[in-house]
Amino acid sequence: MADYLPHTPAEVEEMLNFLGMDSMEQLFDHIPAAVRLSQGLDLPAGLSEPDVAAIFEGLTQKNKAKASDMVCFAGGGAYDHEIPPVVKTLGGRGEFVTAYTPYQPEVAQGVLQAIFEYQTLVSRLSGLPIPNASLYDAATGMVEAVNMAVGATGRNKIVMSAGVHPHWRATVKTFAQGTGHEIVEVPLVDGVTNWSAVDATGAAAIVASYPNYLGVIEDMTPAKQLATANEALFVMGIDPVAAAVLKTAGQWGADVMVGEGQPFGTGLNFGGPYLGLFACTEAQIRRLPGRIVGETVDSNNRRSFVTTLRAREQDIRREKATSNICSNQTLMAVTAAIQLGYLGTYGLREVATRCAQGAHYLHDEVMKISGVEPLNSQPFFREFAFKVPGNASEVLSHMATNGVLGGLSVKALHDEVTGEDDNVILVAVTEKRTKDQIDNYVELLRKAVA
Amino acid sequence: MSKIAPGGKASSAPLLGNDIEPTLFEMSVPGRSAYQLRTTGVPATPLEDMVPFAHLNPEVIPLAEVSERDLVAHFMRLSHRQFSVDLGMYPLGSCTMKYNPKFCDAVAGDPGLNTVHPGTPAELTQGWLELLVSLEEKLSVITGMQAATLQPAAGAAGELTGLLLMRAYHTANGDPRKRVLIPDAAHGTNPASVTLGGYEVTTIPSNERGLVDLEALKAQLGPDVAGIMLTNPNTVGLFEEEIVEIAEAVHDVGGLLYYDGANLNAILGQVRPGDMGFDIVHMNLHKTFATPHGGGGPGAGPVAVSKRLVEFLPGPKPTRMADGTFAWVKPPRSIGRVHGWHGNAMVLARALAYITVHGGDGLKRVSEHAVLNANWLRVRLAKSLPAAYDRVCMHECTLTATPLKQKYGIKGLDVAKGLLEEGFHSPTVYFPLIVDEALMFEPTETESLQTLEALAEAVERIVARAETDPESLRIAPQTTPVSRVDEARAARQLVPTEDAAAR
Repeated sequence: MADYLPHTPAEVEEMLNFLGMDSMEQLFDHIPAAVRLSQGLDLPAGLSEPDVAAIFEGLTQKNKAKASDMVCFAGGGAYDHEIPPVVKTLGGRGEFVTAYTPYQPEVAQGVLQAIFEYQTLVSRLSGLPIPNASLYDAATGMVEAVNMAVGATGRNKIVMSAGVHPHWRATVKTFAQGTGHEIVEVPLVDGVTNWSAVDATGAAAIVASYPNYLGVIEDMTPAKQLATANEALFVMGIDPVAAAVLKTAGQWGADVMVGEGQPFGTGLNFGGPYLGLFACTEAQIRRLPGRIVGETVDSNNRRSFVTTLRAREQDIRREKATSNICSNQTLMAVTAAIQLGYLGTYGLREVATRCAQGAHYLHDEVMKISGVEPLNSQPFFREFAFKVPGNASEVLSHMATNGVLGGLSVKALHDEVTGEDDNVILVAVTEKRTKDQIDNYVELLRKAVA
Repeated sequence: MSKIAPGGKASSAPLLGNDIEPTLFEMSVPGRSAYQLRTTGVPATPLEDMVPFAHLNPEVIPLAEVSERDLVAHFMRLSHRQFSVDLGMYPLGSCTMKYNPKFCDAVAGDPGLNTVHPGTPAELTQGWLELLVSLEEKLSVITGMQAATLQPAAGAAGELTGLLLMRAYHTANGDPRKRVLIPDAAHGTNPASVTLGGYEVTTIPSNERGLVDLEALKAQLGPDVAGIMLTNPNTVGLFEEEIVEIAEAVHDVGGLLYYDGANLNAILGQVRPGDMGFDIVHMNLHKTFATPHGGGGPGAGPVAVSKRLVEFLPGPKPTRMADGTFAWVKPPRSIGRVHGWHGNAMVLARALAYITVHGGDGLKRVSEHAVLNANWLRVRLAKSLPAAYDRVCMHECTLTATPLKQKYGIKGLDVAKGLLEEGFHSPTVYFPLIVDEALMFEPTETESLQTLEALAEAVERIVARAETDPESLRIAPQTTPVSRVDEARAARQLVPTEDAAAR
């Protein structure tokens, strides 16, 4: 018997009497007897919190990859950044954690203003004027971006670089089963999108990632030119940490920016909740998915914030809506505003620079190992891929038994069986990784491939 | 910018005053910072030596420049300007804003769960996979289904996933079909999801009892109907008593039944969607299973399905293998991935903790007390705000302010704003659309009789004010951090960022 119900037996009786009933059963009498559960749910009986804690303790001990067991060099859109105590404390405030969607702005200025600040930060990092209040994650954000482009152009062909994260591409393909979009994938050659390999005629969107999922900093000029030539929207996936120092999506001429905001104060969380960053040009404002917060005034002329442009949303547009988004990831957006407030203008630049420094140091050391080869010869930022002699998953497994999560197998990142060899490792470095940890990585890799 | 806002002046906190709170940017002082980074010993290679010049932004992007002390003060004050379940009753109909047990947050705060990278090989994350499989199994029992995907990040994502499953099933049988039926009282996400699922919406009217009109439904059925989406209890809080007949009729034309789980809290342990004939069920874990909603998200929208749809579920899917270990397996005819990784895992962990604490017996008590509270409130308020459909409701009751509007010109929105002055969050207003001046109250099972009494008395005072001092309601609330906001201006003159404000 464990629950969080306040009524005493006497109160339950009093309330039933008030309703002219003598049992709880009567409340459910109008449900057809044929479908009622006679025996209740076939689940174990309730347990106290300490009992349940013990069960979870057993489960978590079966995870051998928590931060204290394993030094993380895995990336692929999920990065092991520092989250300072001040961010955890503020982001964990019950007022933010247990609020609902800010439907009543008079009692939701806290969340609304935090989202406004988040939107300002996203707009500046993307170089685009119209941010939204967040989406679920980057993969589903990419789906929304593609739908926006189809709505804007009236065409349904999506030309997408194979440099876009495999999971994002897979998610776009899943949802295209409903919308009927045609997805044309553009192959990579030496780590760079070979845009001339496909016919982009009639494209609604040209989609690229910057850096691409293999870490390569690709020139966005050809993608932008292709978009312009075909009057398609240019959709850019970004790494928001790299965005502190690289050219912005807006500077490259993108119409839409999508990014994975997990690095802004959200933990690895086994993949969720994360944070879908989204921003676009003013021309696309009526097709913006999800919520957006705007500044206004109250009846006493005080600055206030409110969710706005509501006429786009599903609860009003219903079957004519271009997005079905209702819930988003507000708590992660608020946390991102706190984390970026903490890091500030120069702190985020420093984090980005340190990530790149760690990755470049690791790259130089790894390439000294006999048998290890670079996957391509391109510039990279904080992540890069390399070939190992033998099986990448086995190499990673060997490193893991020695306390290092050595990266991700690129083959394992693909849900589809590609038939390619499993010999490429994607590795990322964050500002958390020390030189000693990187040197240890190199030693373990040397042994693993020997 | 004119003057830099002082970070330590607390006059925007309702405790001390009613000033506006400056933004982070207004508090910023060039050169001020809060961040500290660890010593790594990694060579400090200049950026220019790592990144080609053409890729570097020539400009420094301004973010914020504040001290840690001011950062804390700012976000603490923002938190003081925000209503939450932790603070008080939040009777938003269809949102199930019940108390969020702190224990579930503590479970999710375990580094053994939240510091694990999602790309870690399965042999190192057996605990996580077991947790996910255990949740899938329990959700399947609760809904009367065969299996579930945990990937969808919220209810709407679950809806679209469910519709893609419907499409995959029909396509495998040779014809994806064309139409999906939806009652006129449905949540807006339903028709929006249907369109994105590549189907046309056919709207089914409600009858005078607030239920699906069975004859109107039958008239719309045919071989081109892919299925029907239903919420049961429906969006006015009433149980669809003809559900067995509805299920038979839809199944007879080869259609599937989709259960929108927004109102699942009402029937936990009483009746299961699977037993009613549903084939696809999405759940909102942030409603029924008390995971905190975070000011609008994160949610989690697992989708459970009957046996004939299991092979289409999204993947890779955490799976219990014959040898007792766990692995990621893609179902044979999977529609593919619907999330960047495995879904909102920390939300899933909280939900499992909640379900395990309650057990089968506790979940049944949850629905009993939720329905008891809603009915008590409905009857208690009958003289002040009449129910749109005056009979036993489920977990929420839809009341109407139409009499107040007719007599005193006081609208549902005014009642809602008046409640804010009385110390309660407002109910859901103007939904469902089929009820004029709708006020939908969902007290949930975690509010006490004394709280319900106080809410009822607050409503009575508001109804009295509607007669004696209606103007005071039209300008309510006045005791909150801001008064009524100018929503029209926000839409007309969009200012979504500080930079737009400066222009």
